[in-house]
Amino acid sequence: MQTENLIALDQFCVSHNIEISFINSLQQTGLIEVTTIKESEFIDADQLQQLEKFVRFYYELDINLEGIETVSHLLQRVIAMQDEITRLKNRLRFYETNE
Amino acid sequence: MDFVDYYKVLGIDKTATPKDIKNAYRKLARKHHPDLNPNDKDAKKNFQQINEANEVLSDPEKRKKYNQYGSDWQHADQFENAKQQQRQSSGFGGQRYSGEQPGGDFSDFFESMFGGSPNTGRGRQVKYRGEDYNAELHLNLIDAYTTHQQTLTVNGKNIRITIPAGIENGQKIKLAGYGGPGINGGPNGDLYITFSIANHPVFKRLKNDLYATIDLDLYTAVLGGEITMDTLSGKVKLTVKPETQNGSKIKLKGKGFPVYKHEGHFGDLYVTYSIKLPTNLTDRQKALFTELSKS
Repeated sequence: MQTENLIALDQFCVSHNIEISFINSLQQTGLIEVTTIKESEFIDADQLQQLEKFVRFYYELDINLEGIETVSHLLQRVIAMQDEITRLKNRLRFYETNE
Repeated sequence: MDFVDYYKVLGIDKTATPKDIKNAYRKLARKHHPDLNPNDKDAKKNFQQINEANEVLSDPEKRKKYNQYGSDWQHADQFENAKQQQRQSSGFGGQRYSGEQPGGDFSDFFESMFGGSPNTGRGRQVKYRGEDYNAELHLNLIDAYTTHQQTLTVNGKNIRITIPAGIENGQKIKLAGYGGPGINGGPNGDLYITFSIANHPVFKRLKNDLYATIDLDLYTAVLGGEITMDTLSGKVKLTVKPETQNGSKIKLKGKGFPVYKHEGHFGDLYVTYSIKLPTNLTDRQKALFTELSKS
Protein backbone atom coordinates (compact mmCIF):
# COMPACT_ATOMS: atom_id res chain seq x y z
CA MET A 1 0.00 0.00 0.00
CA GLN A 2 1.39 3.31 -1.11
CA THR A 3 -1.06 5.61 0.57
CA GLU A 4 -3.94 5.16 2.91
CA ASN A 5 -6.51 4.76 0.15
CA LEU A 6 -4.59 3.43 -2.83
CA ILE A 7 -3.28 -0.06 -3.43
CA ALA A 8 -0.39 -0.58 -5.82
CA LEU A 9 -1.43 -2.99 -8.56
CA ASP A 10 1.98 -4.62 -8.87
CA GLN A 11 1.84 -5.52 -5.18
CA PHE A 12 -1.70 -6.77 -5.52
CA CYS A 13 -0.70 -8.97 -8.45
CA VAL A 14 2.27 -10.42 -6.59
CA SER A 15 0.30 -11.19 -3.47
CA HIS A 16 -2.55 -12.77 -5.46
CA ASN A 17 -0.31 -14.50 -7.96
CA ILE A 18 -2.06 -13.03 -10.98
CA GLU A 19 -1.07 -11.26 -14.18
CA ILE A 20 -1.35 -7.46 -14.41
CA SER A 21 -2.86 -7.97 -17.88
CA PHE A 22 -5.95 -9.40 -16.20
CA ILE A 23 -6.49 -6.15 -14.29
CA ASN A 24 -5.82 -4.13 -17.42
CA SER A 25 -8.57 -6.11 -19.14
CA LEU A 26 -10.94 -5.40 -16.27
CA GLN A 27 -10.07 -1.73 -16.60
CA GLN A 28 -10.77 -1.79 -20.35
CA THR A 29 -14.22 -3.25 -19.77
CA GLY A 30 -14.89 -0.57 -17.16
CA LEU A 31 -15.22 -3.00 -14.28
CA ILE A 32 -12.28 -1.53 -12.36
CA GLU A 33 -10.95 2.00 -12.27
CA VAL A 34 -7.17 2.31 -12.21
CA THR A 35 -5.34 5.46 -11.11
CA THR A 36 -1.88 6.18 -12.51
CA ILE A 37 0.50 8.22 -10.38
CA LYS A 38 4.07 8.75 -11.61
CA GLU A 39 3.83 5.74 -13.93
CA SER A 40 2.65 3.46 -11.14
CA GLU A 41 -0.84 2.03 -11.22
CA PHE A 42 -3.16 1.90 -8.25
CA ILE A 43 -6.69 1.03 -7.38
CA ASP A 44 -8.75 2.70 -4.72
CA ALA A 45 -9.08 0.60 -1.56
CA ASP A 46 -12.86 0.76 -1.99
CA GLN A 47 -12.50 -1.39 -5.10
CA LEU A 48 -10.41 -4.08 -3.41
CA GLN A 49 -13.34 -6.27 -2.46
CA GLN A 50 -14.75 -6.08 -5.98
CA LEU A 51 -11.39 -6.79 -7.58
CA GLU A 52 -10.79 -9.82 -5.36
CA LYS A 53 -14.20 -11.08 -6.39
CA PHE A 54 -13.27 -10.76 -10.07
CA VAL A 55 -10.01 -12.61 -9.37
CA ARG A 56 -11.99 -15.45 -7.85
CA PHE A 57 -14.39 -15.52 -10.79
CA TYR A 58 -11.55 -15.70 -13.29
CA TYR A 59 -8.97 -17.87 -11.62
CA GLU A 60 -11.10 -20.12 -9.47
CA LEU A 61 -14.42 -20.42 -11.23
CA ASP A 62 -12.95 -20.27 -14.74
CA ILE A 63 -15.31 -17.49 -15.81
CA ASN A 64 -13.90 -15.51 -18.71
CA LEU A 65 -13.91 -11.71 -18.99
CA GLU A 66 -17.15 -11.57 -20.96
CA GLY A 67 -18.71 -13.80 -18.31
CA ILE A 68 -17.41 -11.59 -15.51
CA GLU A 69 -18.90 -8.54 -17.19
CA THR A 70 -22.26 -10.27 -17.56
CA VAL A 71 -22.23 -11.70 -14.04
CA SER A 72 -21.24 -8.31 -12.63
CA HIS A 73 -24.21 -6.58 -14.27
CA LEU A 74 -26.58 -9.31 -13.15
CA LEU A 75 -25.26 -9.17 -9.60
CA GLN A 76 -25.86 -5.43 -9.52
CA ARG A 77 -29.43 -6.10 -10.58
CA VAL A 78 -29.82 -8.86 -7.97
CA ILE A 79 -28.61 -6.53 -5.22
CA ALA A 80 -30.86 -3.70 -6.45
CA MET A 81 -33.80 -6.10 -6.47
CA GLN A 82 -32.96 -7.33 -2.97
CA ASP A 83 -33.00 -3.70 -1.79
CA GLU A 84 -36.32 -3.19 -3.55
CA ILE A 85 -37.74 -6.29 -1.85
CA THR A 86 -36.68 -4.87 1.54
CA ARG A 87 -38.42 -1.59 0.72
CA LEU A 88 -41.55 -3.40 -0.45
CA LYS A 89 -41.56 -5.61 2.64
CA ASN A 90 -41.45 -2.48 4.80
CA ARG A 91 -44.35 -1.06 2.82
CA LEU A 92 -46.30 -4.29 3.12
CA ARG A 93 -45.63 -4.38 6.84
CA PHE A 94 -47.14 -0.90 7.11
CA TYR A 95 -50.38 -1.98 5.46
CA GLU A 96 -50.54 -5.33 7.22
CA THR A 97 -50.22 -3.74 10.64
CA ASN A 98 -52.82 -1.12 9.68
CA GLU A 99 -55.49 -3.77 9.13
CA MET B 1 -21.77 -34.91 14.83
CA ASP B 2 -23.26 -36.43 11.68
CA PHE B 3 -21.46 -38.38 9.02
CA VAL B 4 -21.16 -36.34 5.83
CA ASP B 5 -21.35 -38.25 2.55
CA TYR B 6 -18.92 -36.22 0.45
CA TYR B 7 -19.69 -38.26 -2.67
CA LYS B 8 -23.35 -37.40 -2.33
CA VAL B 9 -22.48 -33.74 -1.75
CA LEU B 10 -20.65 -33.61 -5.08
CA GLY B 11 -23.22 -35.85 -6.78
CA ILE B 12 -20.67 -38.48 -7.84
CA ASP B 13 -20.16 -42.15 -7.09
CA LYS B 14 -17.29 -43.79 -5.28
CA THR B 15 -15.57 -44.80 -8.49
CA ALA B 16 -15.31 -41.18 -9.68
CA THR B 17 -11.96 -40.24 -11.23
CA PRO B 18 -10.07 -37.10 -10.13
CA LYS B 19 -11.34 -35.45 -13.32
CA ASP B 20 -14.95 -36.34 -12.44
CA ILE B 21 -14.43 -34.85 -8.99
CA LYS B 22 -12.93 -31.68 -10.38
CA ASN B 23 -15.74 -31.27 -12.91
CA ALA B 24 -18.47 -31.92 -10.36
CA TYR B 25 -16.85 -29.50 -7.95
CA ARG B 26 -16.45 -26.74 -10.53
CA LYS B 27 -20.04 -27.06 -11.64
CA LEU B 28 -21.40 -26.89 -8.09
CA ALA B 29 -18.98 -24.12 -7.07
CA ARG B 30 -20.24 -21.95 -9.94
CA LYS B 31 -23.77 -22.52 -8.75
CA HIS B 32 -23.29 -22.01 -5.03
CA HIS B 33 -20.31 -19.65 -4.76
CA PRO B 34 -21.19 -16.89 -2.25
CA ASP B 35 -19.90 -14.24 -4.67
CA LEU B 36 -22.61 -15.29 -7.09
CA ASN B 37 -25.32 -15.56 -4.46
CA PRO B 38 -25.27 -12.33 -2.46
CA ASN B 39 -27.04 -12.44 0.91
CA ASP B 40 -27.96 -16.10 0.48
CA LYS B 41 -27.18 -18.01 3.65
CA ASP B 42 -28.18 -21.34 2.12
CA ALA B 43 -25.78 -20.90 -0.79
CA LYS B 44 -22.98 -20.10 1.64
CA LYS B 45 -23.72 -23.22 3.65
CA ASN B 46 -23.91 -25.38 0.54
CA PHE B 47 -20.69 -23.93 -0.78
CA GLN B 48 -18.88 -24.73 2.46
CA GLN B 49 -20.04 -28.33 2.19
CA ILE B 50 -18.96 -28.53 -1.44
CA ASN B 51 -15.56 -27.07 -0.57
CA GLU B 52 -15.17 -29.54 2.24
CA ALA B 53 -16.12 -32.48 0.03
CA ASN B 54 -13.63 -31.38 -2.62
CA GLU B 55 -10.93 -30.85 -0.03
CA VAL B 56 -11.20 -34.49 0.96
CA LEU B 57 -11.96 -36.21 -2.32
CA SER B 58 -9.43 -34.33 -4.45
CA ASP B 59 -6.61 -35.36 -2.14
CA PRO B 60 -5.76 -39.04 -2.73
CA GLU B 61 -4.52 -39.58 0.81
CA LYS B 62 -7.53 -37.99 2.42
CA ARG B 63 -9.88 -39.71 0.03
CA LYS B 64 -8.36 -43.07 0.94
CA LYS B 65 -8.75 -42.34 4.62
CA TYR B 66 -12.30 -41.12 4.11
CA ASN B 67 -13.21 -44.25 2.15
CA GLN B 68 -11.72 -46.39 4.88
CA TYR B 69 -13.12 -44.62 7.93
CA GLY B 70 -15.76 -42.27 6.56
CA SER B 71 -18.86 -44.08 7.73
CA ASP B 72 -17.21 -44.93 11.03
CA TRP B 73 -15.48 -41.67 11.72
CA GLN B 74 -14.96 -42.27 15.44
CA HIS B 75 -12.11 -44.62 14.57
CA ALA B 76 -10.41 -41.85 12.65
CA ASP B 77 -8.99 -40.41 15.87
CA GLN B 78 -7.22 -43.67 16.63
CA PHE B 79 -6.01 -43.77 13.10
CA GLU B 80 -4.74 -40.21 13.47
CA ASN B 81 -2.80 -40.99 16.65
CA ALA B 82 -1.13 -43.96 15.11
CA LYS B 83 -0.23 -42.04 12.00
CA GLN B 84 0.65 -38.75 13.66
CA GLN B 85 4.24 -38.75 12.51
CA GLN B 86 3.30 -39.53 8.95
CA ARG B 87 0.66 -36.84 8.91
CA GLN B 88 3.11 -34.16 9.96
CA SER B 89 5.14 -34.74 6.86
CA SER B 90 2.24 -34.84 4.43
CA GLY B 91 0.57 -31.72 3.09
CA PHE B 92 -2.87 -30.98 1.81
CA GLY B 93 -2.78 -30.80 -1.95
CA GLY B 94 -6.37 -30.19 -2.97
CA GLN B 95 -7.49 -27.04 -4.70
CA ARG B 96 -10.16 -25.11 -2.90
CA TYR B 97 -12.16 -22.06 -3.80
CA SER B 98 -11.97 -19.22 -1.39
CA GLY B 99 -15.11 -17.14 -1.80
CA GLU B 100 -16.23 -14.64 0.76
CA GLN B 101 -14.97 -16.74 3.62
CA PRO B 102 -11.50 -17.93 2.87
CA GLY B 103 -11.09 -19.16 6.42
CA GLY B 104 -14.19 -21.22 5.86
CA ASP B 105 -16.16 -23.15 8.41
CA PHE B 106 -15.66 -26.84 8.14
CA SER B 107 -17.96 -29.37 9.69
CA ASP B 108 -17.22 -31.05 13.00
CA PHE B 109 -16.97 -34.23 11.01
CA PHE B 110 -14.15 -32.79 8.92
CA GLU B 111 -12.35 -31.35 11.95
CA SER B 112 -12.58 -34.68 13.69
CA MET B 113 -11.21 -36.62 10.77
CA PHE B 114 -8.66 -34.29 9.33
CA GLY B 115 -7.84 -32.02 12.26
CA GLY B 116 -8.73 -28.46 11.23
CA SER B 117 -9.40 -26.30 8.23
CA PRO B 118 -7.13 -26.72 5.28
CA ASN B 119 -4.89 -24.22 3.55
CA THR B 120 -6.53 -21.92 1.06
CA GLY B 121 -5.54 -20.38 -2.20
CA ARG B 122 -4.10 -21.44 -5.50
CA GLY B 123 -1.05 -23.21 -4.15
CA ARG B 124 0.75 -20.10 -2.88
CA GLN B 125 0.74 -17.89 0.17
CA VAL B 126 -2.09 -15.77 -1.16
CA LYS B 127 -3.33 -12.78 0.79
CA TYR B 128 -7.05 -12.77 1.32
CA ARG B 129 -9.46 -10.41 2.95
CA GLY B 130 -10.78 -11.79 6.18
CA GLU B 131 -14.25 -13.19 6.50
CA ASP B 132 -17.16 -10.73 6.38
CA TYR B 133 -19.32 -10.94 9.47
CA ASN B 134 -23.06 -10.41 9.44
CA ALA B 135 -25.06 -9.39 12.47
CA GLU B 136 -28.62 -8.36 13.11
CA LEU B 137 -29.45 -5.55 15.50
CA HIS B 138 -32.96 -5.22 16.88
CA LEU B 139 -34.23 -1.74 17.66
CA ASN B 140 -37.60 -0.28 18.47
CA LEU B 141 -39.02 2.74 16.68
CA ILE B 142 -38.07 5.10 19.50
CA ASP B 143 -34.42 3.91 19.34
CA ALA B 144 -34.34 4.49 15.59
CA TYR B 145 -35.76 7.99 16.04
CA THR B 146 -32.60 9.40 17.59
CA THR B 147 -28.92 9.14 16.77
CA HIS B 148 -27.46 7.02 19.52
CA GLN B 149 -24.56 4.77 20.35
CA GLN B 150 -24.67 1.08 21.06
CA THR B 151 -22.02 -1.40 22.05
CA LEU B 152 -22.05 -4.70 20.20
CA THR B 153 -20.09 -7.80 21.04
CA VAL B 154 -18.83 -9.47 17.89
CA ASN B 155 -16.66 -12.55 18.32
CA GLY B 156 -15.76 -11.51 21.86
CA LYS B 157 -14.80 -7.97 20.84
CA ASN B 158 -16.80 -4.96 22.01
CA ILE B 159 -17.53 -2.52 19.22
CA ARG B 160 -19.11 0.84 19.91
CA ILE B 161 -21.14 2.08 16.98
CA THR B 162 -23.15 5.21 16.30
CA ILE B 163 -26.56 4.51 14.81
CA PRO B 164 -27.79 7.52 12.85
CA ALA B 165 -31.39 8.59 13.40
CA GLY B 166 -33.77 7.48 10.67
CA ILE B 167 -32.28 4.06 10.03
CA GLU B 168 -34.80 1.83 8.24
CA ASN B 169 -36.00 -1.68 8.91
CA GLY B 170 -33.87 -4.08 6.83
CA GLN B 171 -31.19 -1.46 6.17
CA LYS B 172 -27.65 -2.74 6.20
CA ILE B 173 -24.57 -0.76 7.24
CA LYS B 174 -20.96 -1.76 6.75
CA LEU B 175 -18.25 -1.34 9.36
CA ALA B 176 -15.07 -1.70 7.34
CA GLY B 177 -12.34 -3.78 8.94
CA TYR B 178 -14.49 -5.16 11.76
CA GLY B 179 -14.84 -8.59 10.17
CA GLY B 180 -12.52 -11.57 10.47
CA PRO B 181 -8.75 -11.11 10.33
CA GLY B 182 -7.07 -11.24 6.92
CA ILE B 183 -5.32 -14.38 5.74
CA ASN B 184 -1.56 -14.22 5.19
CA GLY B 185 -1.45 -10.48 5.91
CA GLY B 186 -4.54 -9.61 3.87
CA PRO B 187 -6.92 -6.92 5.12
CA ASN B 188 -9.61 -7.66 7.66
CA GLY B 189 -13.11 -8.42 6.48
CA ASP B 190 -16.04 -6.13 7.12
CA LEU B 191 -18.91 -6.28 9.56
CA TYR B 192 -22.38 -5.91 8.07
CA ILE B 193 -25.16 -4.99 10.46
CA THR B 194 -28.76 -5.42 9.38
CA PHE B 195 -31.29 -3.47 11.41
CA SER B 196 -34.57 -5.00 12.43
CA ILE B 197 -36.97 -2.36 13.74
CA ALA B 198 -40.01 -3.51 15.67
CA ASN B 199 -43.43 -2.04 14.99
CA HIS B 200 -44.73 0.63 17.38
CA PRO B 201 -48.22 0.24 18.86
CA VAL B 202 -49.24 3.82 17.98
CA PHE B 203 -47.02 5.08 15.18
CA LYS B 204 -46.69 3.29 11.86
CA ARG B 205 -43.76 4.28 9.70
CA LEU B 206 -43.60 4.50 5.93
CA LYS B 207 -40.18 5.79 4.83
CA ASN B 208 -39.88 9.09 6.73
CA ASP B 209 -43.54 9.64 7.42
CA LEU B 210 -45.42 8.49 10.46
CA TYR B 211 -49.07 7.56 10.66
CA ALA B 212 -51.23 7.49 13.77
CA THR B 213 -54.91 7.20 14.59
CA ILE B 214 -56.32 9.10 17.55
CA ASP B 215 -59.70 9.01 19.20
CA LEU B 216 -61.88 12.11 19.09
CA ASP B 217 -65.06 12.55 21.10
CA LEU B 218 -68.26 13.37 19.24
CA TYR B 219 -68.71 16.80 20.77
CA THR B 220 -65.23 18.04 19.82
CA ALA B 221 -65.69 16.55 16.35
CA VAL B 222 -69.00 18.38 15.88
CA LEU B 223 -68.24 21.64 17.59
CA GLY B 224 -64.47 21.82 17.14
CA GLY B 225 -61.93 22.42 19.87
CA GLU B 226 -58.40 21.65 20.95
CA ILE B 227 -56.82 18.35 21.86
CA THR B 228 -53.31 17.30 22.85
CA MET B 229 -51.51 14.33 21.35
CA ASP B 230 -48.18 12.66 21.99
CA THR B 231 -45.71 12.54 19.12
CA LEU B 232 -42.20 11.07 19.10
CA SER B 233 -40.84 14.58 19.65
CA GLY B 234 -43.22 15.50 22.48
CA LYS B 235 -46.77 16.69 22.98
CA VAL B 236 -48.51 18.81 20.36
CA LYS B 237 -51.73 20.79 20.54
CA LEU B 238 -54.15 20.17 17.68
CA THR B 239 -56.98 22.46 16.68
CA VAL B 240 -59.96 20.38 15.61
CA LYS B 241 -62.21 22.07 13.06
CA PRO B 242 -65.96 22.01 13.67
CA GLU B 243 -67.79 19.20 11.82
CA THR B 244 -64.72 17.01 11.55
CA GLN B 245 -65.64 13.72 9.90
CA ASN B 246 -64.71 10.26 11.13
CA GLY B 247 -61.58 9.01 9.33
CA SER B 248 -60.47 12.47 8.25
CA LYS B 249 -56.73 13.06 8.20
CA ILE B 250 -54.50 15.97 9.10
CA LYS B 251 -50.82 16.39 8.32
CA LEU B 252 -48.36 17.65 10.91
CA LYS B 253 -45.44 18.85 8.88
CA GLY B 254 -42.02 17.93 10.22
CA LYS B 255 -43.42 15.78 13.02
CA GLY B 256 -42.57 12.50 11.28
CA PHE B 257 -39.38 10.46 11.30
CA PRO B 258 -35.90 11.95 10.93
CA VAL B 259 -34.41 11.61 7.46
CA TYR B 260 -31.40 9.25 7.56
CA LYS B 261 -28.13 11.20 7.59
CA HIS B 262 -29.91 14.52 6.94
CA GLU B 263 -29.78 16.17 10.32
CA GLY B 264 -32.67 18.51 11.02
CA HIS B 265 -34.86 17.05 8.24
CA PHE B 266 -38.00 15.19 9.20
CA GLY B 267 -40.90 13.52 7.45
CA ASP B 268 -44.50 14.33 8.30
CA LEU B 269 -46.97 12.88 10.75
CA TYR B 270 -50.41 11.97 9.41
CA VAL B 271 -53.11 11.77 12.04
CA THR B 272 -56.42 10.04 11.38
CA TYR B 273 -59.35 10.93 13.61
CA SER B 274 -61.44 8.09 14.93
CA ILE B 275 -64.63 9.59 16.33
CA LYS B 276 -66.03 7.81 19.35
CA LEU B 277 -69.74 7.99 19.95
CA PRO B 278 -70.91 8.55 23.52
CA THR B 279 -72.28 5.56 25.41
CA ASN B 280 -74.49 5.15 28.51
CA LEU B 281 -76.54 8.22 27.59
CA THR B 282 -78.83 9.67 30.24
CA ASP B 283 -82.53 10.24 29.50
CA ARG B 284 -81.83 13.95 29.18
CA GLN B 285 -79.05 13.34 26.67
CA LYS B 286 -81.24 10.99 24.65
CA ALA B 287 -83.96 13.62 24.60
CA LEU B 288 -81.50 16.21 23.36
CA PHE B 289 -80.31 13.89 20.58
CA THR B 290 -83.94 13.22 19.60
CA GLU B 291 -84.58 16.93 19.49
CA LEU B 292 -81.43 17.39 17.44
CA SER B 293 -82.49 14.72 14.97
CA LYS B 294 -85.78 16.50 14.36
CA SER B 295 -84.23 19.93 13.86
